[in-house]
Amino acid sequence: MKLTFPHMGNTFISAKALMEDLGNEVITPPKCSKKTLEIGTKYSPETICLPLKINIGNYIESIEKGADTILITGSCGPCRFGFYSLVEQEILRDLGYDVEIITLDPPDGKPMELVKRIMKAANTKNLYKIVKNIVRGAKVLQAADELTDLANKIRPVAINGVEVDIIMDAFHSMIELVYGVDETLELIEDTKLKIGKVKTDEKKVPLKIGIVGEIYTIIEPFANLYVERKLGHLGVHIDKSLTPSKWVKHHLLPGPFGSKEEKEKWEAAKPYLSTLVGGHGRETIGSSVLYAKANYDGIIQILPLTCMPEIVAESILPTIQNDYNIPIMTLIVDEMTGEAGYLTRLEAFVDLLHRKKEEKNIAGVLPRS
Amino acid sequence: MQEFYLGVDVGSVSTNIVLMDKDNNIVSKKYLRTQGRPINILQKGLKEIKNEINNFEIKGVGTTGSGRHLANIILGADIVKNEITSHAVAAINYVPNVRTVLEIGGQDSKIIVLKDGIVTDFAMNTVCAAGTGSFLDRQASRLGIAIQDFGALALKAKNPVRIAGRCAVFAESDMIHKQQLGHNQEDIVRGLCQALVRNYLNNIGKGKDILAPIVFQGGVAANKGIKEAFVEALDTEIYVPKHHEVMGAIGAAILAKEEIKEKRTTSFKGIDIAENEYNVKGFECNDCSNMCEVIEIYSDGKVIARYSDKCGKWTNSLNSENQKLA
Repeated sequence: MKLTFPHMGNTFISAKALMEDLGNEVITPPKCSKKTLEIGTKYSPETICLPLKINIGNYIESIEKGADTILITGSCGPCRFGFYSLVEQEILRDLGYDVEIITLDPPDGKPMELVKRIMKAANTKNLYKIVKNIVRGAKVLQAADELTDLANKIRPVAINGVEVDIIMDAFHSMIELVYGVDETLELIEDTKLKIGKVKTDEKKVPLKIGIVGEIYTIIEPFANLYVERKLGHLGVHIDKSLTPSKWVKHHLLPGPFGSKEEKEKWEAAKPYLSTLVGGHGRETIGSSVLYAKANYDGIIQILPLTCMPEIVAESILPTIQNDYNIPIMTLIVDEMTGEAGYLTRLEAFVDLLHRKKEEKNIAGVLPRS
Repeated sequence: MQEFYLGVDVGSVSTNIVLMDKDNNIVSKKYLRTQGRPINILQKGLKEIKNEINNFEIKGVGTTGSGRHLANIILGADIVKNEITSHAVAAINYVPNVRTVLEIGGQDSKIIVLKDGIVTDFAMNTVCAAGTGSFLDRQASRLGIAIQDFGALALKAKNPVRIAGRCAVFAESDMIHKQQLGHNQEDIVRGLCQALVRNYLNNIGKGKDILAPIVFQGGVAANKGIKEAFVEALDTEIYVPKHHEVMGAIGAAILAKEEIKEKRTTSFKGIDIAENEYNVKGFECNDCSNMCEVIEIYSDGKVIARYSDKCGKWTNSLNSENQKLA
């Protein structure tokens, strides 16, 4: 069995390490590129959302490298993501690829079926071994997300922010060369140290922007045209409302009463949206309210074209913008790779926030040290 | 010797250059078609200005527009600003208490919402060019009307025809259909203006409070038919500044003036760069699957800029070479 999985931010780092420790052969899909997108667009339905197109590109590139089994998570379907595994299976079959897709979700609410699927993917029936390794895998994910956060924190205050990019690029190409959880964790720690050594300018006071929206386009840098790098170089410290490790906390390892953070978001969203609208629509509203309350300078919503839950959220955001007097901008991503217009919007938004902050400081309403 | 500030707006359709004095008066303005050759057109504009006016000194330079970074490489700008900020700054210069700026250019359109002279919200068209100047241009030529006469013709209409404005393709087929039915030209033209305004307000203006005073600028603001359609739809007065087509460049010039107050000396490479020879070469980098099309700009056989690489390898290599030289 040669396992592969789609790219989704940092998830590949932990999925690779975890599966290697379980003794599987893992084929990491090549980094998302224009070629990935081209392949994906060619074979996907025209009107489907962007993540599926990139997924298909990832699979085909991995299959060309020898993969025969694809591992993905499901979501039991509060949005089109729920159909992904089935649609993707059909597309690959039509193209004549003989691969198996293992979807990690309990079909028809049958938890035993999920356990069976996990055993299959893990290549062992030893439940103790599986649980132990999943916990270790979650640790890698946590560490990788911490590394990304650190990079996002240092980039805006670094004297030369490009240094951070160079370190992170080197890290991503090194992932291919390490094996298993221990080596991966070691690599992450090394990289953290390197980033810690990047010289910073204490005089730089970064703006703070919260990123909300559809989870895939938030966490996969290729899909959002590297928004965190662009904003970082514009002197902005960003916080993402959703990350792979948060997703795991919400869906795989919830406590007896569900994830605390998710509950908080639902509570914050209540005055505006009190019910599930699919995907992370409700979380987008809740996170925006929480960012506004935490005195963030601005909020950016990112969604793939035609994403219904986020369209619902988008129509509510102007009310939050008024209620909390916090600028909110929506960016819609699709197959475009031209970045000029995208950068113009980001620059203009950052300009707007700077002017607003200056005003505030002068008025003394919100003095900042 | 007179002292001026230079503002340059390199857009996809037009390249605009203004020469502004220290009291923000426009001494000279150039509105040139970019025609996909921004460097040559920029040089041509500078040459024209040089021949028109004698004995002047450029105190500061600002660039804006989608080609702002390119213009910066060629000119040596003191400030490089995005279009939104530049347009807002220029509008404030003419109407200090402006609340809404409607801007429609060749390929993009934007709305800027301001309060107390500060941008509080903005939006730009995303993937569709239906509500922009290029669309009007194309429909005018289909109808056999010069674009300059388009607005005046629209004002003559008594019974505007309703045309679907949601998408340029639908609008065009709808318009052809109405032509075949025998509607007269001015009614169709007026209908097109209304369709464009409807599209603009529904797309770009969606969810925004459009409050007076309103300033309408950009190339399309010259079109009286569109202006009237806005007045009708918003039921308020709309101000079109005299230099509406070069407002981006004016904003850049004003920003340059402000920048120079702190910076003192300009980085401008001199008006004589109009005579320099520039060559643009591109190559495809095959080091990874992104296959970036890297662009190199040569001046007199020397690479002065390199960009468009995702990883920054080529851009950075040039910088370090420069650093070593310095």
